[in-house]
Parts: sequence; C-alpha cells; structure tokens
Amino acid sequence: MSILIDEKTRLLVQGITGSEGSFHTQRCIEYGTKVVAGVTPGKGGSEILGVPVFNTVEMAVKETRANASMIFVPPAFAADAILEAADAGIPLVVCITEGIPVLDMVMVHNYLKDKSTRLIGPNCPGLISPGKCKAGLMAGEIHLPGNVGVVSRSGTLTYETVAQLTSLGIGQSTCVGIGGDPLPGSTFADILKLFQKDKDTKAVVLIGEIGGTAEQEAAKFIKEKMTKPVVAFVAGATAPPGRRMGHAGAIISGSSGRAQDKMAALADAGAIIAPSPAEIGLTMKKMLETKS
Amino acid sequence: MKIHEHQAKALLAEFGIPVPKGGVATTPAEAKKIASELGGKVAIKAQVYAGGRGKAGGIKVANTPEEAEKLAGQMLGTRLVTHQTTPEGVPVGKVLVEKAIEVQRELYLSIIVDNASRMPVMMASEAGGMDIEEVARVSPEKILKVYLDLATGFQAFQGRKLAYGMNLSPAEIRPATSLMTNLYKLFQAKDCSLAEINPLVVTTDGELLALDAKLNFDDNALFRHSDIEQLHDLEQEDPLEAKANELGIKNYIKMDGNIGCMVNGAGLAMAVMDLITQAGGRPANFLDTGTVNDTGRIVNAFKLFTTDPNVKAILVNIFGGITRVDVIAQGIVEAHKQIDCRLPLVIRLAGTNVDEGKRIIAESEIKFVEATDFYDTARKAVETAKGGSK
Repeated sequence: MSILIDEKTRLLVQGITGSEGSFHTQRCIEYGTKVVAGVTPGKGGSEILGVPVFNTVEMAVKETRANASMIFVPPAFAADAILEAADAGIPLVVCITEGIPVLDMVMVHNYLKDKSTRLIGPNCPGLISPGKCKAGLMAGEIHLPGNVGVVSRSGTLTYETVAQLTSLGIGQSTCVGIGGDPLPGSTFADILKLFQKDKDTKAVVLIGEIGGTAEQEAAKFIKEKMTKPVVAFVAGATAPPGRRMGHAGAIISGSSGRAQDKMAALADAGAIIAPSPAEIGLTMKKMLETKS
Repeated sequence: MKIHEHQAKALLAEFGIPVPKGGVATTPAEAKKIASELGGKVAIKAQVYAGGRGKAGGIKVANTPEEAEKLAGQMLGTRLVTHQTTPEGVPVGKVLVEKAIEVQRELYLSIIVDNASRMPVMMASEAGGMDIEEVARVSPEKILKVYLDLATGFQAFQGRKLAYGMNLSPAEIRPATSLMTNLYKLFQAKDCSLAEINPLVVTTDGELLALDAKLNFDDNALFRHSDIEQLHDLEQEDPLEAKANELGIKNYIKMDGNIGCMVNGAGLAMAVMDLITQAGGRPANFLDTGTVNDTGRIVNAFKLFTTDPNVKAILVNIFGGITRVDVIAQGIVEAHKQIDCRLPLVIRLAGTNVDEGKRIIAESEIKFVEATDFYDTARKAVETAKGGSK
C-alpha cells in the first residue's frame, strides 16, 4: 500500500498543453502513471502525448473517470482551476503552481470546507508512490519502493532526502511535498495521519522549514497519536530572520517560526532530529537498525 | 512589498479612514512651507521602511515653520538606524510633515492572514502604541481578535465587538465600526499582507484618527495592482537586494559571509546555508533560483555574485525537478561567456536531465570543482573560499 496515489490513480492534468505541463506529463507517463485526460480551455477535442484534451474538468471526468488532478495553470488562474477540479468531484487535487495570491487561497480553503476534495500544495513538487504512480515533478529514478513515508514543505530538499534514503537502500512508500506556501491544502498533520493508518508505512521522514507553526502542530499530532517512528529535520537554523510583518506578525505567531523552536517541539514529541540535512538518510538508517 | 507611511495614509484616506493633515517634503524649504500652511505645531516624520523610528530620532515635533525646516534638514539625506535596520541604516529621502495631534487615547488595530485558521484576522487593543508586542506577550487577553470570512465580509457586529471591547465611548462606536469596515475593504481590495494602524488614536476632540500606518502587500498579487507596485522605493532596500530585484531575482537575501550560493528551492537553499555554517563557513547570500527554466536568470545570478565584493567562491547546488539541470548548465556556460567571472566555482548537479547538464559543463572551458554529495558541496565551497581569500 501507499497513501493518496497508487496503480489505481487515473490522473488528469490541468494546463497540460503548457510547456511545463506537457514536459512533466510526459515524464509521469514514462514513470508509469495512468494519465487519462488533460484540460486546457479552448483546446478540447485535441490530443497531446496520446492523451485526450478537454475544455472543462467536468467533461474530462465524465469521459475518462479521472480521480486525481495535477495543476500547472499560471498563478493568476490557478485558484479557479482548483475550484473547477473540486466542483467536478475529483477527490485528490495536486496544485504545482507557485505564486498564487494568499487571498485567492483563503477563498479556495473556504470553498473546500464543505467538499471531500483533498488539496496538496500549491507551490509544491507533488507526490510519488515509488513503482506505482508519480503525480509531480520529482525525478522518478531517485526513488525506491519501500516502507518509509516522506513529507516535506520543500521540493528540492525532499529530492535530496530521497536520494540519501535510496542510496542507503531505504525505500519509500509515498513521498508528499505539501508545498512552501503559508496556506497549504494539506498540512504535515494531515499527511502524518494518513501515514499512521497506512500499513505499509513503517516510519516517516518529516522535513520542515522556518516560518509558521505547521511543525509545532505536527509535533502535537506525533505526541498524541503517532505510534510510528519519525525522523525530522527543520531547514533554516542559520537563515536570516524573516521579513518583519509589523507587530501583527509577532502577535499572531510569537517566536514559533524559528528552526530551533520547531526542532525542540518535534524532539519533545519523540521525533528523532537529524543532526544535519546531509544526515537525514543516515539518521533513518540508524533508527531502523535500532528498532529491528 | 512595503510602502512608505505617507503612501499608506493616502490609501487609508482613499478608503475613508481619517488621517492627520499633512504633506511630504524632500527639502527643508518644502517642510517649512507645509508647516506654515498647516499652522501651529507639526510632527516631522522620516519616511523609511523600518519601525522603531521614534526611539531612533526619526520623529520630531516642531513648534514653528522655521523649526520644521531645521529638523527636516537634520533628517533629510542622512541614514536612520533603528533596532529593525542593519547597522548602516536606511536612507531618509523624504519626511512627512503633519499637523500635531492632541491625543487622548492610543489604540491598536490590524489585519493579517492567520495561517492556522486560514482566514484574515482583525486584531484590536486598547493598549496601542510602542509596546503592543509586550502587551501581547504579557497580557494576551488585551488583544481582541475577530476572524473574517471572505464570503460574508466584515460585519458590523464584529466591529461593535471590538469597539465595545476597547471600551470606546458611545459616540465613538459607530465611527470605529465604520473605520474597521473600511480597513477590511482596503485589505481585500489591494491584496494586503498586513494592514496595521498603530496607534489608532482618539483625539482630545473625541475623533478617531490613524496616527501611524503600515501597509504591506502580497508579492504574489502585485500582478493585479500595478498602482501599488510602482510605489516601491528601491532606495530602502539593501543595494544588492535592490539589484537582484532589478535583475528579476526575487528570492535573494544578502548575508554577511563570503560564499555566493545559487540553489534551487528555498528549503534546499536554507539547508545548504545550514551545512556551510556547520562546515565552518558563512554564506554571502540566500538565493533560490525559483522554477523558471531560462538561462537569463542564471546569468543574472552570476552578475550578482561578481557585484558582491565579499564573495570569494560560488557554490551551485541544483537538484532538478521542475528545474531542468541542462538549462542551469547552459546558464552557467552563458554567464562565463558574458561576464568576466574568475571566482572559483563548486558545482553539484542532480535530478531532472542531470547527465545532459554535466555534459554541457564538462564540454565548456569553465574551471570548477565537482562535488559529489550534499555535505561534500558545502565542505569544498568552504575550503575554496578560504583558499580564495589568502
């Protein structure tokens, strides 16, 4: 097993005819993902990479029974694309787009409240269940099927981590990039919940970043609900302090955005903290050896 | 994106929020003229992108137009150093000359998007002024909050809740509620990331007035607000950060070390900086190349490195995903054709189209140190930078 995507995933790509959309669709197909439809308004009826293109998500779903969508639409139109996918009843929407205005995302979250759609991203690399399905930008070949779940706010630091795991012979069940935006569709805690339930996931790597309080919420979930071991790293201990958001920023989140505070919260919850970003794989290896 | 106080106040006024009468001066003579038009006591306020001006001498009161001229002359053309700026401070290119206000009470009012609830939140406090963060820390119950639903907008009952909560007098409730409604309208219409009035004052005449104001805007939304984008004052930024902005590199932050870093992705860039520090070095900057696949941006990044006199070595760490390693490699080759860059170079490439990328670099005449893994990259960069500075 794995979480969110597997052999049964029938992927639709919104923005399939754009340069990034078509490039990554092709790589997903090469990896073995079943890409069943593309949507680009005005290009319905055509075909790209052997995939039929539709004008609307609704038509695409009706014709192809797509059950997941990956979005490559430019930032000004991306919120609309997410809503369209949710309106068509797609259960999993992965929004790759970077640079969506925050208030557009506030509107999206408000709309998704009453829907069953799960959103991953925006501003994320997508996700992969190695050997089964890839709905994202990551290079498939660095992954190895296995039992460690990976969840991260950063795209490229996830690739780095996965490469470390794979080179040590540690395979992954699913790797999820939740994205670096302040208002992600799914949080660390949401994904940890799924890994906790997944019987093929034995341990989890969590990669955080400075800013916000998502790592503290993850720590709370780990402490209260998680029985599987978690290895964690939070990037940015040496980064310059964030741009000040007036007094309001400090009032709403205090000093919780610092890497040191986040790592302390995760350690307190029982997660094992990797001493450096170059040793995340090694820390997982040691932990798995001690367990067995 | 930040704007100046006088620009923020102009926007508040446009949305019907009362602000003190005043004008902007770039010369002492202008300051004198504005002061004499206003009559009586005036405040002279340095226009900089930093808080803490009062304690740093950036806000002064003048009793006569002549004094206004003198005080403006002391501020204009200098650099103001506050606890929020670098030790070099920020340049004072203009001052706001405002009619001095007789203050009865100082309140606090702001709107920000709360990440936890995924909603904008309006915060108000009757303990406004310079120590509001301390108030929030010591007595959080003195900060009142209402969460704002985009579907229903700001409602009058929410305004009353905050206004009565701040113990405003009966006559002040309506004006306060309407002021809050207007602040929310502004926040939403202009895609603010922060709208803060501190202090919001009650004058001795019982009027509500935004005595100071700070508006920040969501960079991602500037594409639909060209009127706001053109207010940006590059003079207020670090010169290298301003140059980066001019070159189209949005994710650049100047730091104090000597290793120029070019990394794709913010998380990876921060992790590289963490590793450089662990290996005993210091990064010269944070630079996330972002996800645009064009060689021009890479060339521009090299232009930045060669502009920064502190940079002794360049570290390139690219793990391709949406970024294609071959495009980055072409950019590095192109940069060395276009500019005279003799800085030692440590390169590590991995991910999407890596073989093609490595071939492009190998076939060029660029001298570089190849790094194999993550830690190796940081270690070699630190060694190279040390060698370069001898």
